[in-house]
Amino acid sequence: MELPVISNAAIPNSGCRSGATADRGALAHLPDHIRVRVQDHPCYSEEAHHYFARMHVAVAPACNIQCNYCNRKYDCSNESRPGVVSELLTPEQAVKKTLAVAAAIPQMTVLGIAGPGDPLANPERTFATFRMLSAQAPDIRLCVSTNGLSLPDAVEELARHNIDHVTITINCVDPEIGARIYPWIFWNKRRIRGVEGARILIEQQQKGLEMLAARGMLVKVNSVMIPGVNDEHLQDVSKIVKAKGAFLHNVMPLIAQASHGTYYGLTGQREPTQFELQALQDVCAGDMAMMRHCRQCRADAVGLLGEDRGEEFTLDKIDAMEIDYGAAMAERARVREAITAELEMKRALKAVPKFEEAATREETTTRNLRVAVATKGGGLVNEHFGHAREFLIYEAGPGECRFLGHRKCTPYCMGDESCGDGETVLGQIIAALEGVEVVLASKIGFEPWNGLESAGIRPNGEHAMEPIEEAIRMVYDEMAAAGKLDTVVVDTVARAA
Amino acid sequence: MALEIVNACIGCHACEPLCPNRAITAVMKSGQPLFAIDANKCTECLGDHELPQCAEICPIEGAIVDEYGEPLNPPGSLTGIPFALFEQIREAECHR
Repeated sequence: MELPVISNAAIPNSGCRSGATADRGALAHLPDHIRVRVQDHPCYSEEAHHYFARMHVAVAPACNIQCNYCNRKYDCSNESRPGVVSELLTPEQAVKKTLAVAAAIPQMTVLGIAGPGDPLANPERTFATFRMLSAQAPDIRLCVSTNGLSLPDAVEELARHNIDHVTITINCVDPEIGARIYPWIFWNKRRIRGVEGARILIEQQQKGLEMLAARGMLVKVNSVMIPGVNDEHLQDVSKIVKAKGAFLHNVMPLIAQASHGTYYGLTGQREPTQFELQALQDVCAGDMAMMRHCRQCRADAVGLLGEDRGEEFTLDKIDAMEIDYGAAMAERARVREAITAELEMKRALKAVPKFEEAATREETTTRNLRVAVATKGGGLVNEHFGHAREFLIYEAGPGECRFLGHRKCTPYCMGDESCGDGETVLGQIIAALEGVEVVLASKIGFEPWNGLESAGIRPNGEHAMEPIEEAIRMVYDEMAAAGKLDTVVVDTVARAA
Repeated sequence: MALEIVNACIGCHACEPLCPNRAITAVMKSGQPLFAIDANKCTECLGDHELPQCAEICPIEGAIVDEYGEPLNPPGSLTGIPFALFEQIREAECHR
């Protein structure tokens, strides 16, 4: 089973890799100059997201549609989901913040505008921000995400500002299904409800996608998986958007808690399980390059994917910073070059065929193994178990290893002296790690170690600071050699397929 | 006749550019925009649009009221959330 991941699409395969193959890489169909545009973008490249940072600036408050998973009232600083922001910025403030962040975090390659409303429903604020940034920080890539309703009208201007990537959220191509997701849209000076509103929205999304693709702009499609509403339908969506020129499909799980005050949250619409999400991603992957490392960021997120350093860059804190913008840009160029060189070296190493290993592996019939990894970036096993806010899940087989996604959790140890809620939290972490047999972390405390073991999960702290995929390969080979992977207990791949 | 923006407004800016009379403005109060409609300028869009534009795009139920204090978008009319669940919404309000 081949599951292309864009990061190492064109690399000949051997050993442990993120699932791409040489001949059928997810981005193999793209010309080189486009692939280059993607490989240092954390939101597009699974490999890049360990190294490069991004930020969103919240300049776009207005929206022109209502989604049943969104509540425009909420604005909590302790909540993390799309559409939530703490501080709305003017374009001038947004530029100031972007330059401050890009000076403090030289790994920053990408600035996106994603809300909290719809960026293209706020064209003046959105484009004013882009215009200033492309003049003042030309090395930073600009992206925008949209619900698509105003997209056809904006394509011209997006192209003019040299916007690199556009993300369209497309949850359906069938207006009947759309009516269960979007209660209304604002169109031609009036609110249009139900199937008619959904029909117009879908038409605009598809038209916008075609127009962007015709101009050679990179389009990613986001879809929210809503069990019982569009879960089966998303397979068709995936095929259609690929045919129209989208290069990546990101199927995300619905977030629906009653405490968020959304229609879905309050009416008991359930969220998909991690297994259901992965199964759908696997099915769609037959037709379309899938993104699996999305963290469903806030519209004002800052830093590496999975972390949010927004608190360090509030407006008053930025005012107090002294920044040498020229030096910051030079430092970014240096850091970017170093990371790119490191990644190229890693790709080259992976490309060296290991014939002997491959030959011996083919004879064995070991089963697949799911491994959870605690990392804070850099592609390394470098986070303490107790500090991890999420685990990256990989599935290793005899000849390959692929990234499946991430599972969020409350850290076992919140950093203060007492880990008072440790036991309950550990229970939640173990539940989040369903299906996982090994946990890799740079360090694992005595108590969680025992808890994990009694739950049938092997804690492993022997691979601290090692590259994730190499560490997984070593663990896999070790367990295979010890005969621990011989018997096919649960064939997870077969189930997913 | 004039419409009014009340406390429920979340300051999303959606209405402001749509007003044909430029009657909607915001003052900043502790970092948040506080929107208001100038009653002398508001015509409820009569003569310009079939429907009052601010109320047509507003995503918040009850945020815009007419001269009698009646909301143009009453509870449940935009989100479809049933009345029985409104208590839950109030409980869920985020207190920062």
